[in-house]
Amino acid sequence: MKNTKKTDIVIIGGGIVGTAIARELAKYELDIVLLEQHPDLAMGTTKANSAILHAGFDAPEKSLKALLNVRGNELYRSLKDELDLELAVTGSLVVATNETEMKTLTELEQRGKNNGVAGLKIISRDQVLVREPNLSPDIVGALYAPTGGMMWPFTAALAFAENAIRNGVEVLTECPVTGIKVDNGKVVGVDTPQGFITANYVINAAGVHADDISRMASDDSFTITPRKGEYILFDKSVGSLVNTIIFPTPSKISKGILVSQTIHGNIFIGPNAANSSDKEDVATTTLGMKEIIAGARRLVPNLPLSSAITQFTGVRAVADSGDFVIRASTITQGLIQAAGIQSPGLTSAPAIAEMVAAILGNQGVNLTPKRSFNPINPPRVAFNQLDYAGKQAIIAKNPLHGRIICRCETVTEGEIVDAIHSPCGARTVDGIKRRLRPGAGRCQGGFCGPKITTILARELNIPITAVRKDTAESQMFYDKIPGGCEVTADV
Amino acid sequence: MYEQNFQVVIIGGGPAGLAAAVSASDNGAERVLVIERDRELGGILQQCIHNGFGLHRFKEELTGPGYAGRYIKMVQERSNITVLLDTMVLSVTENKTIVGVNPQDGIFQITAKAIIFAMGCRERTRGAIRTPGTRPAGVLTAGAAQRMVNMEGYLPGKKVVILGSGDIGLIMARRMALEGTRVEAVLEIMPYSNGLTRNVVQCLQDYNIPLYLAHTILKIHGKERITGVTCAKVDQNMKPIAGTEFYLECDCLLLSVGLIPENELSRELGIQIDGLTSGPIVDQLRQTNMAGFFAAGNVVHVHDLVDFVSEEGEIAGKYATAYAKSEIGAVNKVVAVTSADGVRTVVPQMINLHEGDTLPIRLYMRVGKTERNVKLAIMSGAQILLEKKLAVAKPGEMIVVEVPSDKLKTSDDKITVILKR
Repeated sequence: MKNTKKTDIVIIGGGIVGTAIARELAKYELDIVLLEQHPDLAMGTTKANSAILHAGFDAPEKSLKALLNVRGNELYRSLKDELDLELAVTGSLVVATNETEMKTLTELEQRGKNNGVAGLKIISRDQVLVREPNLSPDIVGALYAPTGGMMWPFTAALAFAENAIRNGVEVLTECPVTGIKVDNGKVVGVDTPQGFITANYVINAAGVHADDISRMASDDSFTITPRKGEYILFDKSVGSLVNTIIFPTPSKISKGILVSQTIHGNIFIGPNAANSSDKEDVATTTLGMKEIIAGARRLVPNLPLSSAITQFTGVRAVADSGDFVIRASTITQGLIQAAGIQSPGLTSAPAIAEMVAAILGNQGVNLTPKRSFNPINPPRVAFNQLDYAGKQAIIAKNPLHGRIICRCETVTEGEIVDAIHSPCGARTVDGIKRRLRPGAGRCQGGFCGPKITTILARELNIPITAVRKDTAESQMFYDKIPGGCEVTADV
Repeated sequence: MYEQNFQVVIIGGGPAGLAAAVSASDNGAERVLVIERDRELGGILQQCIHNGFGLHRFKEELTGPGYAGRYIKMVQERSNITVLLDTMVLSVTENKTIVGVNPQDGIFQITAKAIIFAMGCRERTRGAIRTPGTRPAGVLTAGAAQRMVNMEGYLPGKKVVILGSGDIGLIMARRMALEGTRVEAVLEIMPYSNGLTRNVVQCLQDYNIPLYLAHTILKIHGKERITGVTCAKVDQNMKPIAGTEFYLECDCLLLSVGLIPENELSRELGIQIDGLTSGPIVDQLRQTNMAGFFAAGNVVHVHDLVDFVSEEGEIAGKYATAYAKSEIGAVNKVVAVTSADGVRTVVPQMINLHEGDTLPIRLYMRVGKTERNVKLAIMSGAQILLEKKLAVAKPGEMIVVEVPSDKLKTSDDKITVILKR
């Protein structure tokens, strides 16, 4: 072993669930280490999903999904201010195109009421079309959920992690767990390429890999099946296609293909649902694109396909039970599962974190509140959100805020440098994109990509050839063949 | 926030903006400002280190930086032209107030008598053409790769496939080959190349790089870095033909799938955009539908030769100055210019005839597909105003025709440019 480290609790997985747990447990006098296999947080299911704050009417009554969704939705209201989250409660619509579907909406409304969702109501065709004039004229009515909303999952996970770090949690990236050591039926620690970490409790928030992690500790009580979902994202110039989140009437297996605005004012359509045998398979497919285009056209007939700016695939972590798997392992003591977190996992994450803390308490972990706990993250400076006086003020403090690197989303060099040097800072080109959005706009990094590469190299003090796109081995450039014309990089 | 005023403000310091500035100065503008977001003037020319620029304008074959250098020198020689580098325009208002930002001055405000848009264009991306597959490192637009290779000094791959045979794709095929990279293929979905013929010859044929016409990429493979692409032949409707699929191994995919004029500022302002060119609708003075707002270069329509970009900059610079000095006469006839029957785009889309106009008006056109032995005709109703024989008309090569102004004085209020077979 290269190093050894000793802690109370190891959290495996830096997605929305792992980071929310880290932040929740940071409220107590505990030593906590969070391990993420990738160079950045939230690179699995958290980075590619519908990014919706679900109201909570979908999940079967009394399921963990239902309970935690409604509680999570509530918790995000206060977390938005504490952690400065990019989140908006806009309301959502489930639309019906015939009387059978209207019946389903009535069932959904009732289920939602039983789940404790406030304010649900069925609205008429005319009321729907006033809100959303671009919807299909075939629509006969909709279920309106005022507590539905949209958020940016990546910065939510980052905000949880940053707050956890500010309150003493250690986050290690590029640190995959290669084994869990169990002694006498009890967890004693985890193996990683960065050394052995001694811990009595391991929380498994490993997303699609949660069953593999569980098996490392001899618990094979559940299986995770990856289920792919593909999306198409559209430019902000067509951002008023719909004003909120439009679901079709759900089928038994899926909430269906939706058309929604994003928190940043783009439009997306998707996802489809296809079980996959490969947990890493995030390829988009011709068939999948056709499927989501056809599905979305049933809601909005005139899709501005020429304004598409990117397509992506997310993978849902579906447990065989169909519900979330949140429990202390009955096989290995000290292993706590937070697995099978598919939709509405993003919304449920803060509630899952509360539940995990309660489970730890039941397991005999001493949950003494930390008196120094500070729930607040300092507000982010977003240049494009400031008025001219505000812009002038931050440029006066740091002239790099006067240099716009991303013209599509108006992101400054100052913001990029800050994102690299903040707690759990960006290490990759996509890491910058997910934090600040350069490369997420209409040029998709055509102009800013080379500049961001050179800024990363400069700030991290690494060669250009070591700058990566997102994953560990995703280097973007090679040195020129010797004898070529050498030009020194200087941005 | 400091404030200044100028007679003519040009947004963009590429070839269109530079020519506009020189022309504004030479036509008597007293105070001219060029706002450029990069750290030097010249725009995309600075990364185009190959030669072939300036054959029309300077009767010489210059490199991109060489061509830019000529104009930068002309700008520097004119003391009434101010240049702001490393500066981004944040907004432009209807009353011609510009808010900009840079690290030195912070936020500042400029007022202008006339404004010329010369922001150029950007590249279409993979997302716009919806190529399926993974999203690994090593997939980038040809222009971004060109910047990394020519200005930063790094290679995006050692075994490259290029999708799209536009000029940047062709130039980058040669550039990568010269750097020792293996260029596996250039694929083009259309049955013809979109680039200049000379580039097909000099960049592909001379280097034995295969060009697959009527082919596209069906899937991108690779998890961290790209490992290959699945390609196929397409039919007349550009749909892949089953059974023609083949795999090309590569560690880099460059996309040269079209250019889009950058009109975010113009759109926000409410300037009318031509759906076919994606640029503002302009008249022969390069004035847009909003008085005092002019546009020139690739922001109006994508050019294949920089010489024409400079020419358009000169026109805009001259008449923006005339506007600023209130020297543009009253319009006594408006002629709409449209395209049909094989001609895809035409610029200018409007001709505003003024008292005493005598100069011929040059129309710049692009055809929709390659055609041989055709006649380009300018029609006023059933009447032919002008006809020109073309041995070959290609989408990749802009067609220029001069129309004598007296013919327009007697024409209908609408003229149409067509191809006659």
